[in-house]
Amino acid sequence: MDWGALHTILGGVNKHSTSIGKIWLTVLFIFRIMILVVAAERVWGDEQDDFVCNTLQPGCKNVCYDHFFPISHIRLWALQLIFVSTPALLVAMHVAYRRHEKKRQFRKGDKKCEYKDIEEIRSQRFHIEGSLWWTYTSSIFFRLIFEAVFMYAFYYMYDGYQMPRLVKCSDWPCPNTVDCFVSRPTEKTVFTIFMIAVSSICILLNVAELCYLLTKFFLRRSKKAGNSKQQPNHENKEETKQNEMNELISDSCQNTVIGFSS
Amino acid sequence: MSWGFLRDLLSGVNKYSTGIGRIWVAIVFVFRLLVYVVAAENIWKYEHDEFECNIKQPGCENVCFDHFFPVSHIRLWALQLIMVSTPSLLVVFHVAYRENREKHHNQKLYRNPREIDGALLCTYLISLILKTGFEIVFLVLFYKLYNGFKIPRLVKCDIRPCPSTVDCYISKPTEKMIFLYFLVTTSCLCILLNLSELSYLIFKYSIKCYLKRYMKKQQ
Repeated sequence: MDWGALHTILGGVNKHSTSIGKIWLTVLFIFRIMILVVAAERVWGDEQDDFVCNTLQPGCKNVCYDHFFPISHIRLWALQLIFVSTPALLVAMHVAYRRHEKKRQFRKGDKKCEYKDIEEIRSQRFHIEGSLWWTYTSSIFFRLIFEAVFMYAFYYMYDGYQMPRLVKCSDWPCPNTVDCFVSRPTEKTVFTIFMIAVSSICILLNVAELCYLLTKFFLRRSKKAGNSKQQPNHENKEETKQNEMNELISDSCQNTVIGFSS
Repeated sequence: MSWGFLRDLLSGVNKYSTGIGRIWVAIVFVFRLLVYVVAAENIWKYEHDEFECNIKQPGCENVCFDHFFPVSHIRLWALQLIMVSTPSLLVVFHVAYRENREKHHNQKLYRNPREIDGALLCTYLISLILKTGFEIVFLVLFYKLYNGFKIPRLVKCDIRPCPSTVDCYISKPTEKMIFLYFLVTTSCLCILLNLSELSYLIFKYSIKCYLKRYMKKQQ
């Protein structure tokens, strides 16, 4: 159980994302999770062992380390990545719920149900429309919120994104103001800036995806309003909405939807 | 044998769960198991090495650490995750028993062996009660063992062979406390989910029972 398991879970979600969503997921896994696991964890690996204070007073080092690093960068990044990945599960659950409803209709022998067997329901493509569109948009919105909150938390906790070489500590039991030296400050600064930069890119991608979906939706709606003025009758409202969303998403969605659980 | 085994177990359980049950599985996977493996384990990794007492007396540090941390937080957390996941196996076994029985008798004994009704409903409810029970027991254990959910920076220790009252310093107390609160929050969330699933199932099947009786009376 590790990041690989998260990759398996989110891989299913990837199939019903837009193209921008797929790029976001790739950036998340390659430039954030992978960098965290193969590089950043090693840089912060010896952070407390190599945090050295200019005193022999037992306990001073522990207390100073705790004061200046209430929560390690590495742990904060891990939490950020977990929180940022989870809104996608909302979409997966919604799709699974829809599929479950279709299966139930099929089993009841509903005449409206156009499927021939269960397998067809499992492999059927669900277009992102109606309530699923709202779930998808909400998940992007929550992602944005979590990214912003964590970036702010970093900035607030560590007074910016730079790792100092030296911190001055006078917490008890340190006998006076003591110099404490952080291990590998430059390398840590480089990785911090890298992770912040990639976070910003992810925020931009999410904003772009949101704007793209909203723009297309409103454009189609205004087109439909224009068309319905010329042809005022006949079409079922639901069917037009469905057709509109199908067009909207069929431009970008290409793969089959598979829910979180089958 | 590692956490992957538990993950596979829970994936199997997911098939027989209600909607709320699946949300519970997702929360256990992502917010408890994953957080434990990628973040929390490393915080407590060197807790004994980094536990420092203001004394050179050999054995004093060991004795004080043992006194204040009879069972490490991280081990209790792992035990909690395992105990909380296992009641779901009751449901898996019951479904396997049903399917076996059908095979043995070579006829359809149940409308759907995986459908939660009758005895399987009782098993499912029992598993929910056990899950909730274990969560509460571990939360109480955490609370009692460590006098609340706070981790102090400093503990005072005067157990032999420490010659007098000695100051001992715990490493990364703030970080440990943050993750402890995270553990407590997710536990409480899981308890709420279990209780709502329990209420939902009891309500749903009471209504079903009532309607059946009502239909019979009508006839």
